[in-house]
Amino acid sequence: MLSESGTRDAGDRIAITLTINGQRRQLQVAPWTSLLDLLREDLDLTGTKKGCDHGQCGACTVIVDGRRVNACLALAVMKDGASVTTIEGLSTGALHPVQAAFVEHDAFQCGYCTPGQIMSAVALIEEGRARTREEIREYMSGNLCRCGAYTNIVDAVESVLNGSSARREAAE
Amino acid sequence: MNRFAYTRAGSVAEAVQALAGDPAARIIAGGTNLVDLMKYNVERPDRLIDITRLPLAAIEEHEGGLRIGALVPNSTVAYDARVTARYPLLASAILAGASPQLRNAASTGGNLLQRTRCYYFYDEGTPCNKRVPGSGCPAIAGVNRIHAILGTSDHCIATHPSDMCVALAALDATVRVEGPNGPRAIPFAEFHRLPGDEPQRDTTLAHGEIVLSVDLPDRDFSRHYTYLKLRDRLSYAFALVSVAAALEMDGETIRTARLALGGVAHKPWRNAQAERSLEGRTAGPETFRAAADLILAEAKPYAHNGFKIELARRAIVRGLAQAAAGTPQSQTDKRIR
Repeated sequence: MLSESGTRDAGDRIAITLTINGQRRQLQVAPWTSLLDLLREDLDLTGTKKGCDHGQCGACTVIVDGRRVNACLALAVMKDGASVTTIEGLSTGALHPVQAAFVEHDAFQCGYCTPGQIMSAVALIEEGRARTREEIREYMSGNLCRCGAYTNIVDAVESVLNGSSARREAAE
Repeated sequence: MNRFAYTRAGSVAEAVQALAGDPAARIIAGGTNLVDLMKYNVERPDRLIDITRLPLAAIEEHEGGLRIGALVPNSTVAYDARVTARYPLLASAILAGASPQLRNAASTGGNLLQRTRCYYFYDEGTPCNKRVPGSGCPAIAGVNRIHAILGTSDHCIATHPSDMCVALAALDATVRVEGPNGPRAIPFAEFHRLPGDEPQRDTTLAHGEIVLSVDLPDRDFSRHYTYLKLRDRLSYAFALVSVAAALEMDGETIRTARLALGGVAHKPWRNAQAERSLEGRTAGPETFRAAADLILAEAKPYAHNGFKIELARRAIVRGLAQAAAGTPQSQTDKRIR
């Protein structure tokens, strides 16, 4: 049988807990609220962008429990207990190395896709599977840039990858 | 998106019971397709049954093969060391599809159950026999460049969009499900169905049944395989035509052949006669072309997708050549060799 605590009727708000950028939050959400809308509308974390709202553009990319996902296709209620990192949580004070690389390589024009690009790139580097420019392009393909800044985005990601590998070698 | 009730299932039995008792309820796992369809009002469930807390997220050894739990994310399957070593065709097909973000969220069971990307199906302002049975199919006389050339009916010419399923078809996987009448195992070839006069039914699942796992048999196609996907852009696009080829070779001779096509039909397309025609033959262009001819003899073009027949012919020949040579298509280096 379904437990009473596990079932809610339409209209009810449901209590969930999320750790967002390291801060534990007790929240009440409607079942149809996407993680993206929760971040932007309820929590005022507007760094995460709504582009297509259909999982096609990647502007809403956030990191949930260590994995990059499209926040527009995630229902907040299903992420109860999860840890979420948004662009606002990447660094405190100084820029994150990927943010600095995007500035250095002029990896954006209008900037709307940039938070998603940066979150995706941070995850790509953590995943550790991309080595070549071709691999960077493939593993960044979930993030569209309608200004067409792709070449400089790849430059930025590549520079951080090379820097991290240089640092890793130095440490070994 | 419509409003709906939310149930977090605590066991498979709870999920089955909740689903079976409510024709308008839907199971949700990764949500990458269902949430999208709900935003377009194509799906309007009155209740979502969240199964993500169920213990179906493991990849386990099973009868010499692997059992992939329905909740294992696509990316986890693609990078699992056992999968990449023993079923690289499956890993390759998964990495040919969607984006890293989507593969991280999308589940194994959900990949099987995703709906067509036919633009008429997605547009609630147009008729569609799959969305509203009996309303008509505007694709047949409309814009049908991405549509099927094999196994179509007068009611629907949609394609199944999955890459992963094309590999699972070639690998002869089994889908293990559970419903109100208990568990059953469905051979992959019988899981998806052709549209016929019931295009609203993508699969042979009954309402109330949920996918528990996809089981891979103990066969070794790890040396001679390829997943070759042809599409309008180099990444992050659905297949116009794709080929999953898996061979067992004795030197230059093909001992066993498995061939499945994506992007051409309402389900991953296999042709037993074509596969048998390859077996015992020396690998080479003539043999491959003969198999392609057998598969495509029954192909039926519509106004805008006739190009798929020649594209499929060449993809089959190239895919078989890649598999026979043991040089599978890279999913990052997009040059086709």
